[in-house]
Amino acid sequence: MSDITKQSLSELVENIKSKKLSSSEATKAFVERSEKSKELNAYITEDYANALNKAKTFDEKPNLDLKLPGIPMAVKDLFCTKDLRTTAGSKILNNFVPTYESTVTQNIWNEGAILMGKLNCDEFAMGSSNETSFYGNVQNPIDKNLVPGGSSGGSSSAVAAQLTPITIGTDTGGSIRQPASFTGTVGLKPTYGSCSRYGVVAFASSLDQAGPMAQNVKDCALLQEVISTYDEKDSTSIDFKRNEYSKELTKDIKGKKIGIPKEYRVDGMPKEIEDLWKKGIEYAKDCGAEIIDISLPHTNYALPTYYIVAPAEASSNLARYDGVKYGFRAEGENLIDMYEKTRSEGFGAEVQRRIMIGTYVLSSGYYDAYYLKAQKVRKLIKNDFDDAYKKVDAILTPSTPSSAFKIGEKTNDPVSMYLNDIFTVPVNLAGLPGISIPAGHDAKGYPLGLQIIGKAFDEQNILNIAYAMEEKINFKNNINDWWIK
Amino acid sequence: MSKNKSEYLINRHDNQYEVVIGLEVHAQVTSESKLFSTSATKFGAEPNTQVSLVDAAFPGMLPVINEYCVKQAIKTGIGLKAKINKRSVFDRKNYFYADLPQGYQISQFKDPIVGEGKVILDMPDGQKEVGIERLHLEQDAGKSIHDLDPKNTFVDLNRSGVALMEIVSKPDLRSPDEVNAYIKKLRSIMRYLGTCDGNMQEGSLRADVNVSVRKKGSKEFGTRCEIKNVNSIKFMQMAIEYEANRQVDLIEDGQIIDQETRLFDTKKNETRSMRSKEDAHDYRYFPDPDLLPLEVSDDFIEKLKSEIPELPDEKKKRFIEKFKLSPYDANILVSDIETSNYFENVIKKSDVKLAVNWIIGELFAALNEKNLEITESPISAGNLSKLINLIKDGTISGKIAKTVFEQMMEGDKDPKKIVEEKGLKQESDPKALEALIDKVIDDNRDKAIEYKSGKVKLFGFFVGQVMKVSGGKANPQLVNEILKKKL
Repeated sequence: MSDITKQSLSELVENIKSKKLSSSEATKAFVERSEKSKELNAYITEDYANALNKAKTFDEKPNLDLKLPGIPMAVKDLFCTKDLRTTAGSKILNNFVPTYESTVTQNIWNEGAILMGKLNCDEFAMGSSNETSFYGNVQNPIDKNLVPGGSSGGSSSAVAAQLTPITIGTDTGGSIRQPASFTGTVGLKPTYGSCSRYGVVAFASSLDQAGPMAQNVKDCALLQEVISTYDEKDSTSIDFKRNEYSKELTKDIKGKKIGIPKEYRVDGMPKEIEDLWKKGIEYAKDCGAEIIDISLPHTNYALPTYYIVAPAEASSNLARYDGVKYGFRAEGENLIDMYEKTRSEGFGAEVQRRIMIGTYVLSSGYYDAYYLKAQKVRKLIKNDFDDAYKKVDAILTPSTPSSAFKIGEKTNDPVSMYLNDIFTVPVNLAGLPGISIPAGHDAKGYPLGLQIIGKAFDEQNILNIAYAMEEKINFKNNINDWWIK
Repeated sequence: MSKNKSEYLINRHDNQYEVVIGLEVHAQVTSESKLFSTSATKFGAEPNTQVSLVDAAFPGMLPVINEYCVKQAIKTGIGLKAKINKRSVFDRKNYFYADLPQGYQISQFKDPIVGEGKVILDMPDGQKEVGIERLHLEQDAGKSIHDLDPKNTFVDLNRSGVALMEIVSKPDLRSPDEVNAYIKKLRSIMRYLGTCDGNMQEGSLRADVNVSVRKKGSKEFGTRCEIKNVNSIKFMQMAIEYEANRQVDLIEDGQIIDQETRLFDTKKNETRSMRSKEDAHDYRYFPDPDLLPLEVSDDFIEKLKSEIPELPDEKKKRFIEKFKLSPYDANILVSDIETSNYFENVIKKSDVKLAVNWIIGELFAALNEKNLEITESPISAGNLSKLINLIKDGTISGKIAKTVFEQMMEGDKDPKKIVEEKGLKQESDPKALEALIDKVIDDNRDKAIEYKSGKVKLFGFFVGQVMKVSGGKANPQLVNEILKKKL
């Protein structure tokens, strides 16, 4: 079978189920393409030999009732994988091999998928361009020296370049949706509490959420159906009725009310983005949706709020990386000296910056002014959405304020880098589901994405809207395999 | 002069100082598993054998609250007559230490599970109420071992994550004796409830002691110092005495007391500065985002209330009212649930007054001598009850009973059998006794004449002689009666 790697997940599943394709053939194809694509630097750790063995074992006694029968896939290196190195993109975990498996990845393996390796990401998921990874920059398959977005940059690059049919990322402030937008792929950030955080290296616990990344909405829905389970091992996991999202997927969104928040028309937003948004509104109308202007008045405060809450939690979450128990250790004269050297050498600049911000905003004397106030604003932001959802079923916005930028372009300007998350961050603060779908190209031919934000636990609805719009948009990614010699 | 004898004051020159003490007691929750993980909590296990991935803070590991520990904390709150907060919040207390794997301790800061309550102390000059400020749940840290290697420190994480209740008193204590009574009462209540074993040797109960002094009659509190982690009542008392005197000396010397954290050096019997207020940690408390606020319903609390056993104060009241015990005796018997259980088992089938005397007198002394707890008593409640009945029905005298008791202490033997085997049964046959007494009078003619001529004190001599000749077995009451007639 030719062009195995060009097949979508749904096609691969169908072909394996109908025995037109074996897991070994599929795995071999994706492994070979991954091996030819080293220049993208999408992988931190490859596990190809094991993957091929597992595929062989699967083929010997294939269980074709599974949802991901023998499907090879690579995952973001923030998910702990038993017996396979898990780095979180950091030097401090360079030698860390978990003895346990994250719930989300376990759910995937339980449905028959096969792990090919661990994908690059910003260090501890802190970044919007994958440039903070200790394991080097990741190339966007769209163009050379273009960032793939972040923090799930290895994941977006790998899906767009078809090194893996699907993948999972994590999204704390946009880390699934922004890279999906930058690479012309689909990424879903589920409702907070939908996917277990057990075994996922923590960045900001109240915001972190794992989610699927794929080439199309249907694949995304199928993967979400697999990874979203209630988990007693995560106290913030929520026990609600989960749909079989892929089975219940429908393009019939007639009469759905879609809100357009005026506050998302930010100053200095490129015309291309404005135009894309307008086009999106037309597509939604074409699908039979009703467009309603809404207001989310506290949108302006979302980014500063996020950059208080997320670093505060991160500063505490990352305290465990101290050189005492596991991971990297720099020897020191005494305990304090060992701590300082380990953490100075083990963490990169961006992680250190956020630990310092977080430590500062939690310090006595500043706690009320920063952390506590941020929590109050966070509540107001959530209230904005609650009010809006009295009038609408979903909200449509651009995914990002620009298309992908060049590697190095924003490295020395953290604030400009942080602005990348301006449309995605409010969704995390409110704990809502949001999906980014590719919707067009800018003048340079780089992909642009639209974001559909839903009510809590209403993944099915935004998947349906995305599915309907996807057909109207009929997006084609321009990838010419420039990195393959 | 002080109004009552137990008032504890420090005198310097013409000034009298009062000592103000507040305690933060750390009580280990009795629970098979830890506060946020399923690891075991057994004391004395090999180092690092009771450690889960959560306790060692591996990446991606998350805490899950142990409901049993929550119940234990609420029960303790009920025992302290305290307000149970239906909503409480777990916070992170951030600091770095080698035996703190997470880099933070999960504790409760702003919203503890238990609010204000009280503990009643029975002091020699009456009852004293000590206010409880709050009780909150928190994780214990691991243990750093510095003396196994000259260069390295070893870390044992068995304790890491073990559930503790921090019980904070109001600054209501005024003397080392009150501290002693307070700790014992708290321990007693928790042992009744089964929420903390109170074992201080194993570190199940330890306290941070806040001490300040002020001139007698002053309403303002003085600057306090906190003495960290004192693990015996004796050391607490020693530390308070030292610290209070140190502070008084400073004031008398015109110096200022620094608010600081101090350590008690048990070898030198002194407190030493650990860190000043300026160097105090900034713990950066904030709500733990891995845990939702802890919410409990009225039904949940009511169900726990229904499971609360009779507590020492209530039991004492019942003992006094029902068994006519003196408050002093009642206090002793209810101080420990095992003792009160023992007592109630003994009196099921025997005389209350004798039981009180034998338990508080003979049994406690004998156990003390052998360094045994009441639960380890060689004499079961049933056999002590039998012994008391033998006295009561006149089978043996109180004196013989002591001999029997000593034998019983060597092993839990039935006192009846001991009496039979050793022939210790009391001689109560008047004829046999008359014969004995006749012989004694005969042998001591001269003394008998002295007695008759008015030297009545000699009566005791005759009783003693009769008892001696009978080998202690003569029924003293009958001996008295017959002697009176014969003489």
